[in-house]
Amino acid sequence: MSVAIDEGLARVSLELVYGSIGMYTLAMGAYAVAAAQAVRAPAPAEQEDVAEVAHRPALVATPVAVAGDEPLIVGQVARGGEARAISAPTEGASWRKAAGIGTSLSVLADALLLAAIITRGLAAGRPPWGNMYEFSLVGCFVIGTAFLGFALTDRRRQLLGIFVIPLVLLALGLGVTVLYVDAEALLPALHSSWLVIHVTAAIVSSGAFCFAGVISAVYLVQERAERVAPGGRLARLLPPSRALDTLSYRVIAFTFPLWTFAIIAGAIWAENAWGRYWGWDPKETWAFITWVIYAAYLHARATAGWRGRGAAFISLAGFAAMTFNLFGVNLFITGLHSYAGV
Amino acid sequence: MTDTLTGTEPTAPPAGLGPLGWARWVWRQLTSMRTALFLLFLLALAAVPGSLLPQRGTDPVAVADYLRRHPTLGPILDRLSGFDVFAAPWFAAIYVLLLVSLVGCVLPRTRQHLRASRARPPAAPRNLTRLPVSRSFTAHRPAEEVLEAAYDDLRSHRFRVERGDGYVAAEKGFLRETGNLVFHLAVVAILIGVGVGSSWGFKGTRILVEGDGFSDTLTQYDGFTAGRFTNADDLPPFSLTLKRFDATYQTAGDQRGAARSFAATVQVIDHPGAQPRTATIRVNSPLHVAGTKIFLVGHGYAPRFTVRDGRGDVVWSGPIVTLPQDPVNLASTGVLKVSGARPTQLGFVVDFFPTAATASDGRLVSAFPAAVSPAVNLGGWTGDLGLDVPQSVYRLDTSRMTLVGRSSLRVGSSWTLPDGAGTITFDGVDQWVNLQVSHDPGKGLALVAAIAAIVGLLLSLLVRRRRVWVRASSGTDGRTVVAVAGLSRTENGGVERDVDELARLLGAPPDPPEG
Repeated sequence: MSVAIDEGLARVSLELVYGSIGMYTLAMGAYAVAAAQAVRAPAPAEQEDVAEVAHRPALVATPVAVAGDEPLIVGQVARGGEARAISAPTEGASWRKAAGIGTSLSVLADALLLAAIITRGLAAGRPPWGNMYEFSLVGCFVIGTAFLGFALTDRRRQLLGIFVIPLVLLALGLGVTVLYVDAEALLPALHSSWLVIHVTAAIVSSGAFCFAGVISAVYLVQERAERVAPGGRLARLLPPSRALDTLSYRVIAFTFPLWTFAIIAGAIWAENAWGRYWGWDPKETWAFITWVIYAAYLHARATAGWRGRGAAFISLAGFAAMTFNLFGVNLFITGLHSYAGV
Repeated sequence: MTDTLTGTEPTAPPAGLGPLGWARWVWRQLTSMRTALFLLFLLALAAVPGSLLPQRGTDPVAVADYLRRHPTLGPILDRLSGFDVFAAPWFAAIYVLLLVSLVGCVLPRTRQHLRASRARPPAAPRNLTRLPVSRSFTAHRPAEEVLEAAYDDLRSHRFRVERGDGYVAAEKGFLRETGNLVFHLAVVAILIGVGVGSSWGFKGTRILVEGDGFSDTLTQYDGFTAGRFTNADDLPPFSLTLKRFDATYQTAGDQRGAARSFAATVQVIDHPGAQPRTATIRVNSPLHVAGTKIFLVGHGYAPRFTVRDGRGDVVWSGPIVTLPQDPVNLASTGVLKVSGARPTQLGFVVDFFPTAATASDGRLVSAFPAAVSPAVNLGGWTGDLGLDVPQSVYRLDTSRMTLVGRSSLRVGSSWTLPDGAGTITFDGVDQWVNLQVSHDPGKGLALVAAIAAIVGLLLSLLVRRRRVWVRASSGTDGRTVVAVAGLSRTENGGVERDVDELARLLGAPPDPPEG
């Protein structure tokens, strides 16, 4: 009856998660170097100025001093920066090199995470989202992929990694410590094709809402920077606040129907498993609260005066409700969803 | 996004307008977007206590427990409907106001939208280059031909197109507002479905030990809740017998003891006189019988006993239902009351261990949820069971009884009570299941409405409403001056692409000069 568990493969999966955590940490370091460089660089210049700056070796070499605790990356940054500055002086400030390395490392980390998820699924012989540990792996993969999707299409967005990656690292860290359980078969309540449908929609929308929440937080920082010190270092470091506002709106507008679908699929499943499609179980209640807050966000965006800061605060409230639903409800409140494991 | 449901913005109350004016002002306040937003936040906030406090609807035992532990705060919360949040008047007030606000907004907008979808695209502004997205260039074809090509192209891209004097006007994306309205109406329909279900549906639970049967009448349920308009005397007349219950559990690893499968085999008679049929109920696959669904919602053990009283007569023979106390390894407790025993009535408190093991302090515990090596701990009581007043079958009223001894039994062994009060034999172990019979006539409507809501939502968020105009006129040098412009009416507009593509088609240079 029960499916054989491949324990060796499950161990490989865990190693891959640790590998991903390591890569994300290195990526974080690279982004930190890039941010430091970008802040120290002179005001954004026209192409001629940039070329002139790049020819001055002293400026290109500064990153070494900036982040001595990451010798490997710094070495690459310095070399790469110099080489690029000489061969293509019009490319732009040297922070882009470090940011590029950060993004490459993030791609690697994200790929390792995907490999970890796949091996975990193969080891357990089922879709790898049957408990909180697996849920956090897949959620982090979604956040990472969403971030990379945006970072690779517009390089100015790469430095958002400074804000996104700590969140991913935190969730992965919680995953391998507090939430970890061995790969096993599923509880009877989870024997359903709705597991794949409902949980996939829930994970993807959770990850995407997380991403939107980070963007909204960065928006608030950037919006203040633009007001307090227009053209200042911080303001130059990140995409303009208007772009961030639009970005988080787009992510939420894309995710809201998916979240709605996740709730409805969950209701259909609940009707099949527990005999009622809605019962105000704590998980259902918080899914509802999250839904209402994001509905309010979409309505607020439509009303003058609520764009920008107001909308960003609502997005953060939705993010908080969603995070509580993901972790808080499982850890602090007992309900029907507690089978999901710690 | 300027076209989510927006009512009129609230204004200051009119002075001296009389009751009608006030009514109109209140209505305008209620249907304003600001009020809707406020009500949405209030709804989210009001749902929070429903998840933090135990709720009667889901866990009445926890509510009773909470009231016992908080003698001062508990009753205050209870008076504020803190344990029935989702049935509370204040919760209802919020969503009813929200519904009124929604309907008050949707209806006028539906009228508006119907009018707008019959209207022709508005005429082209005189100077198209003043619009936010525009391209102008010269073409080598006559103006008439350019406009004709623009007309055909916009048509083929499913724009609604209008030819005017020297221009083409086009508009697209009406489905956005349609989707928006469908979504909001579907939300209302979902609530109607919920209301129908709770007014005309019912939900009953019944515990069955292997071999037991029951028929679908009100008196045979352990618990029964029905809507206001449900006719509880006229339930579908099926009957059902539990033949067997099978459970499997994880046997190794850090999730040892976790359940892996449950299956209840039942024999069903769909209506009196029908052929019996055998069916299996699993956790995610309920049984459909006569318009109801039967779910497996719980299970446990029912140890079998034979009791002889002081005279040597068999006064009890059969299983008793024990309730799991340890959710993992299913150590359970139950009570056996033998009112027919003489010379004195007998009562036993039964602790059941499916896989009995001895803990370090010498007490019996259960080490695994399956009945691998079952054992019971018995507390024997003699005296008056006090059955003259109604009492729980799971609790022994010991106020008029005396504890005469304790014993542990394995299957097949017996315990002789002191003072010739009788003997009890542990015969074996059956299992019981808790079945829930549900009938919800509103769920079909709720499902259809939910699907409509998602479709509407997708349309309202993904369809882009936009207008495109083309003006063409013959210049003095024989060439044609063409201007293409677009206006996005939604945030994720993307009208630049429409304008660029159309301009290219009409002969604009490939690289737009203004970037």
